[in-house]
Amino acid sequence: MEMETTISLLDMRLLVPELTLICVGLILMLLDLVVRKKELIAAVGIAGTIVALYGTYKLFGFYGPQTAFAGMFVVDGYSNFFKLIFYLNIILTICISLKYMAIEKASHGEYYALIMFSTAGMMIMASAADLIILYLGLELMALSTYILAGFMRKQPRSNEAAIKYFFLGAFSSAFLLYGISLTYGLTGTTNLKGIAEALGALSIMDNPIAYLGLIFIIVAFGFKIALVPFHMWAPDVYEGSPTSITAFMSVGPKAAGFAVLGRVLFDAFAGMQVQWSAILIPIAVITMATGSLIALAQTNIKRMLAYSSIAHAGYMLLGIITGTHDGLTSTINYLMIYLFMNIGAFAIVIMLRSEGFQGENLEDYMGLSKSHPLASALMLIFMFSLAGIPPTAGFVGKFYIFLEAINAGYVYLAIIAVVFSAISAFFYLRVVMYMYMKDPVKEVTLTNSPSMSVALAVTAMMVLICGIFPSILLNLVKLSILG
Amino acid sequence: MEDIIYNQLGYSILSWTVFLPVLGALLLLFISNAGAVRWTTLAFTVANFFVAFPLLQHFDKTTHKMQFVEKVPWIPSWGINYFVGIDGISILFIFLTTILSVLCVLVSWKSIASKVKEFHIAILILEAAMLGVFASLDFFLFYIFWEAMLIPMFLIIGVWGGQNRLYATIKFFLYTLVGSVLMLVGIVVLYFAGGNTLDILALSNMHAQFPFQLQFWLFLAFFAAFAVKVPMFPVHTWLPDAHTEAPTAGSVILAGVLIKMGAYGFLRFSMPMLPDATKFFMGPIMVLSVIAIIYGALVCFAQKDFKRLIAYSSVSHMGYVTLGLFALNTQGVEGGILQMLNHGIITGAMFLMIGIIYERTHTRVIADYGGFAGLVPWFAGLFMILTFASVGLPATNGFIGEFLIMFGAFKANKILGVFAATGIILGAGYMLWLYQRIFFQDANPDYEASGHHPVRDLDLREVLTLVPLFVFVFWIGFYPNTFLEYMHASVEHLIQQMELTAVAGNENMIAKYIMEIF
Repeated sequence: MEMETTISLLDMRLLVPELTLICVGLILMLLDLVVRKKELIAAVGIAGTIVALYGTYKLFGFYGPQTAFAGMFVVDGYSNFFKLIFYLNIILTICISLKYMAIEKASHGEYYALIMFSTAGMMIMASAADLIILYLGLELMALSTYILAGFMRKQPRSNEAAIKYFFLGAFSSAFLLYGISLTYGLTGTTNLKGIAEALGALSIMDNPIAYLGLIFIIVAFGFKIALVPFHMWAPDVYEGSPTSITAFMSVGPKAAGFAVLGRVLFDAFAGMQVQWSAILIPIAVITMATGSLIALAQTNIKRMLAYSSIAHAGYMLLGIITGTHDGLTSTINYLMIYLFMNIGAFAIVIMLRSEGFQGENLEDYMGLSKSHPLASALMLIFMFSLAGIPPTAGFVGKFYIFLEAINAGYVYLAIIAVVFSAISAFFYLRVVMYMYMKDPVKEVTLTNSPSMSVALAVTAMMVLICGIFPSILLNLVKLSILG
Repeated sequence: MEDIIYNQLGYSILSWTVFLPVLGALLLLFISNAGAVRWTTLAFTVANFFVAFPLLQHFDKTTHKMQFVEKVPWIPSWGINYFVGIDGISILFIFLTTILSVLCVLVSWKSIASKVKEFHIAILILEAAMLGVFASLDFFLFYIFWEAMLIPMFLIIGVWGGQNRLYATIKFFLYTLVGSVLMLVGIVVLYFAGGNTLDILALSNMHAQFPFQLQFWLFLAFFAAFAVKVPMFPVHTWLPDAHTEAPTAGSVILAGVLIKMGAYGFLRFSMPMLPDATKFFMGPIMVLSVIAIIYGALVCFAQKDFKRLIAYSSVSHMGYVTLGLFALNTQGVEGGILQMLNHGIITGAMFLMIGIIYERTHTRVIADYGGFAGLVPWFAGLFMILTFASVGLPATNGFIGEFLIMFGAFKANKILGVFAATGIILGAGYMLWLYQRIFFQDANPDYEASGHHPVRDLDLREVLTLVPLFVFVFWIGFYPNTFLEYMHASVEHLIQQMELTAVAGNENMIAKYIMEIF
């Protein structure tokens, strides 16, 4: 294919936000050598993220798609909205990490640098218009996250999480490469638009290779966003990782996975929409079922939230299954809402961790409302939002997805989804029940810090504001429509 | 549009009514003294009653149109508005809600001793959500309030309830949630069928366009939510548990307002929007109602717990309400609405009185009582009036409601009417037997004047809590027209709407569709 093959330096400007994060990451590593106060490193990290955010906003706004490097890298509303999610993810994660990592005695500067590198990988994924670039971003993200998962290197649990995540992640990378090579073999290109053109010229029915490539790619992404049956890693990794990283992982890589899944399916495999919807429908149903049902049996809150995040991935998948751009937008909207409610919930989990007290069991929440009414009230808001009860943002997110699913004719999927969301309400309510309706068995002290308060205030406010005035978010997310 | 009258008072009276309690709840966040919390909540609920009062005064009874309407774009990209207004059906419930909220604060004055602030915040938020449900004219807005109501109620039962409160509150929450989420799917389907709108009035006027097949499934989806809330047989089992375990204020709100919302949902959504399906389901629902009436009454005979007995009697009484509504004639529907109000007043008052006596005896077991007529004569006298109202003795409000319902039911189906009438006899049976066991017979020595726990009669606060409800027992009993005339125009309009034949040939469609199903 004859495309513009020269790469001009001007193309680099589209990469400014990613480069900013990488530079900040490097600076943080150097800074770690000379600065002892981790607060300063964290502050520099947040400042760098804000600079990158400003870059994304100022250079491109949320408008007009622009491509660089011969169409391999694209900056459009779609990628920019995902980048907004990633920036917020970094900032909130750093806010909830500070005190926690000190308690875990794992407060090193690399921690913040790795968060930056991992996020740069996610951003490259969101902007990838070529399977090779996509793979590059994915590996950058994944390798950094493996290390973060094992960051508490003295704890076997954390090591186990890292090893598990690494091995299964390597498998999924292999799947992805296999899928990419099959697709390349068939179409002769790795460019997403190019694949769509080449597939359009072929008769898909006669080409099992196209199916095979599609299936391998879906499997690989299904791993990243923890869809059943590729979810096996999630509970162990979520439980073993530092809780702040669990929060980070439950949003960032998941959002990045959805970003590439959406772009690859909607751009490269647009002509096979019927086929990939048919593959994703059973996956979505078992994902919702497994996540909701197994979460009922959990006694560790991190594991419970891991299964809950699996169930949420199932709901989000509905938006993609619709095959419409509005449907995809509803998924993106849900991811943004999920960011606030999930990180908020993890923030409370982190607060329970104090010197010599794990605070991860549901029993630890008994009677929390007596000793800590404010934290309990916030947790109540996050739990009801995760359960999708109005007037919280969680309801708006679900409503949007159901709206688009039904609009595309999938009424039965919407019914299945609401039934599982009613089932899953039980385990969210159980947390509320423990906090408000049981008597405390032991004294629990909460670890608070100013940055933690900020994170909690922001997430709780956003959960309520997006729940009561959904228009604010809906108008913003409209800019993310693909294509 | 010609179906609405914009705010005739010149200020947003409905928004003030709905959101004043929220302001109160926010204010409570900054008050820590328990006494101050109680007084502030009382002030806000009383103020809310007076804020809402002009609605009654300025209501135009001659029209079915929505009044005091406010309409502001809320989620423009979905075509959803903040759209509130009331008609003759909803106004009485707004009124009932504001009164019962005041009484709930009064009755909790002493009985709620722990987490006083949280309790009153929950009560205020609950009041706002309930008022919002009755005022909403947009289905989305309605759903938000409808679900938001669950959160404070969940907490009220679960935190301040009795022994078995955890089981009861989870059961309550999950039952209602499952019903509601199915309605949510129905709402979204309706949204697209109605051309991307959730405007209740617009949807009610366009029912002619909905084919029977659509109406059929939508009716079932809405039925899931409303029937659980009413609660109709056989999904009533959450109610006895929730009622029994809830604190007094919770029981009063449950009986007085919350379970009315199911019936209100039928009136506001199922009937005007899905008339063909409503006519189709009329028979089965009337049968379910009669089963609820008789079954509920029979189960009452077997109860050992005072509160649980009244809870089951609610199942029976709500059976009358749905029987009247689905008779689908003016008398039945008006009787149904009036009976909803009556049941709110009578059962609300009964739960208040049970709460009052429980504070003194700390038992709800009927066998522990006995001879209370001599111990607490005022209490016994007032409870006697409620017993008569409950069994539908003439001169009380219960009589008017049941009479109208029976009238409507006989007009619709004589056989079901006969069966329903036996429920009245059973009702007299269990209520009078209950009265006999509690107030006559030999006194329980524990509670004798000289016993270990001497029982006080009503004090001034308690009398003040009860008096407003007794006024209505007799007011509706002697001169129901005050209330009936509010709803008359709206009910007539509703019946008319249903009688307009919908899609041409829908009758054939119905037959064909039924054949397909079976």
